[in-house]
Amino acid sequence: MPAPTPADRPRVGLFVTCLVDFFRPSVGFAAVKLLEDAGCSVEVPALQTCCGQPAYNSGDRRDSKDLARRTIALFEPYDYVVVPSGSCGGMIKEHYPHLFEEEARWHQRATALARRTYELVSFLHDVRGVRRVEARFTGSVAYHDSCSGLRELGIKQQPRTLLGSVEGVKIAELADAEVCCGFGGTFCVKYPEISDKMVSAKTADIVRTGADALLAGDLGCLMNMAGKLKRDGHEIAVRHVAEVLAGMTEAPPIGESGRKER
Amino acid sequence: MRSTSHAFKDNAHRALDDQVLQRAMGIMKTGFLDKRLQAIEGLPEFDALRDAAREIKNHTLAHLDWYLERYETKVKEAGGEVHWARTPAEACAIVLEICERLGARTAAKGKTMIAEEIGLNEYLAENGVAPVETDLGEYIIQIRNEPPSHIIAPAIHLTKEAVADSFRATHTAMDPARSLAEPRDLVDEARQVLREKFFAADVGITGANFLIAETGSSVIVTNEGNGDLTQLLPRAHIVLASLEKVVPTLEDAATILRVLARSATGQDMSAYTTFSTGPRRADDLDGPAEYHVVLLDNGRSALLGSEFREILRCIRCGACMNHCPVYAAVGGHAYGWVYPGPMGAVLTPSLIGIENARDLPNASTFCGRCESVCPMRIPLPKLMRRYRELDYERKLAPRAMRWGIGVWAYFAKRPPLYHFIAAVAAQVLGLLGRRHGSFYNLPLASGWTATREFPAPEGRTFQELWFKRNRAPKTRATR
Repeated sequence: MPAPTPADRPRVGLFVTCLVDFFRPSVGFAAVKLLEDAGCSVEVPALQTCCGQPAYNSGDRRDSKDLARRTIALFEPYDYVVVPSGSCGGMIKEHYPHLFEEEARWHQRATALARRTYELVSFLHDVRGVRRVEARFTGSVAYHDSCSGLRELGIKQQPRTLLGSVEGVKIAELADAEVCCGFGGTFCVKYPEISDKMVSAKTADIVRTGADALLAGDLGCLMNMAGKLKRDGHEIAVRHVAEVLAGMTEAPPIGESGRKER
Repeated sequence: MRSTSHAFKDNAHRALDDQVLQRAMGIMKTGFLDKRLQAIEGLPEFDALRDAAREIKNHTLAHLDWYLERYETKVKEAGGEVHWARTPAEACAIVLEICERLGARTAAKGKTMIAEEIGLNEYLAENGVAPVETDLGEYIIQIRNEPPSHIIAPAIHLTKEAVADSFRATHTAMDPARSLAEPRDLVDEARQVLREKFFAADVGITGANFLIAETGSSVIVTNEGNGDLTQLLPRAHIVLASLEKVVPTLEDAATILRVLARSATGQDMSAYTTFSTGPRRADDLDGPAEYHVVLLDNGRSALLGSEFREILRCIRCGACMNHCPVYAAVGGHAYGWVYPGPMGAVLTPSLIGIENARDLPNASTFCGRCESVCPMRIPLPKLMRRYRELDYERKLAPRAMRWGIGVWAYFAKRPPLYHFIAAVAAQVLGLLGRRHGSFYNLPLASGWTATREFPAPEGRTFQELWFKRNRAPKTRATR
């Protein structure tokens, strides 16, 4: 853990992620509220775009390094970098140092930033010691463990603990919770049939829980599962976990128009 | 074995439509995964053993030449012979030569992936030696004329009903009214048929899970005992193994054995673990008169000096494929060559070239479950990503994909332009999708929308809203 600079009110740079920025700004605002409630001062560097993961996982090392250098330089001034995504968080925390293994100076900078980078919910729980949130949400929720968060960052109990403190929430555990939903970034575009087979297995498990809502910490996975649930006619509300933890569920669920009553 | 790895997408498409395969894959889940978990829960030092196993292999690979020479010396001392084969063709020729010298007409075979790799069955059959598979799974796929679909459970793509049909079609001399409804019936019938073949075999061919440098022994693990009959009854025992199977000592083999069966089938140990050292000695009660080891390179020594070296730690337990959601969706045949699943996605391009197998390392969500269960701690996603980089650098990746990434990266590196375009696009898509909340059809994402709705954006980007909300000068201090 880094030396907690101004322990009372750390300066957090919010890495919004390109998906949240484009598709679901509500998640960004929920993250800001949660961080401020946890005593952080939140800033959003204006020149951020994407962590570079699509290029990195497509084998385009040059572009991923270019984007990594920009992100590192942009977020270096902050005490912490917080990301409302296990996958983009894992990219900065686990993969940036690896990208620069052969460039000593950048490797040092990447490693220093990686040490101060956290996925949102694990930051609240592990770094800020948050155990309770002030929020209400009525219904049973299934929580999907997104792969990068689970296996790269060890996020498993933290969201469940915080969700447990939300008034009205009952957690319904998914069978095969540690199995991928089939999103996989560009995978779902490159191999749509296989991706569909995987998400079908996942949504069958989700439906079997009887939950009213599906939550997770990664928008990509959520869009994949929401899209499948909706196509198959299941009325399960899909949301980013931050929305529920922040008590900010005014926006219609992912993939819904909000025009019909839910 | 001829590869169809280049046609992975077509193979996968067919596999997804194959009802027998899909039913069989559904059963696999409970069979292997739960048992592995139970076995590991009963062994607190499992992770420490994984570390030890990794170190044993790393050490051996770093001194492979030395251990191989030592191994050869020990095999010779025990009265056996070691044959070095650079290529599959050389390995096949060596086996045939032994068979011909002994006048062998049939060869009993235990399970060996190296035989698949070198296409041995086909080669022997063409040259007048009938290969007979004695492992139940291998026997099933042999009579169906199929390649294995899993490295330890070769017929896992089949249901018991499909196997019963194949038995009826092949064992035509048996009572057509017999019951083959239960797995037990199938096992009994296979045992009856195979027993005769063991006695008829002139040579026995097995693989090896380990070669032990300090003793010159080869080790096989099986659950059916077929391997022991294969190597004891015929006149000659031929061991097929690749270079990286060698470990320094018996103790080292014992350490790796402790993680092998647990990772593979969830057993503490396989039913039979057999150590073979040389041919029958004067005071032995049984055993083969000749003992041969064919050591195959087939590109592995080149791999040793490459950035893919870590795949040589693989002990072929199959845990990575058992836990792979892509493997579970399409089965092993879709991968198109000998080795499927995550280890195959690294080993196949390593042995037959990335240009012939580019889809394999690409068809992964990088969910990371393979690495998390690998007893030898092989960083499979990292190695697959490295192949994607070679794929991209050599422009093997489809032009549309490279172009797409290029355009996206161009904008992502120009934040003001990126934010402007994102804001416009979010607004347009937000408006178009407002009524339904998602898209039923989206031209550039037709693969997605064929089976899923595509959620519409809310309409404004976060950046746009945030900077509108915080227009006061003090919060603009973001650089």
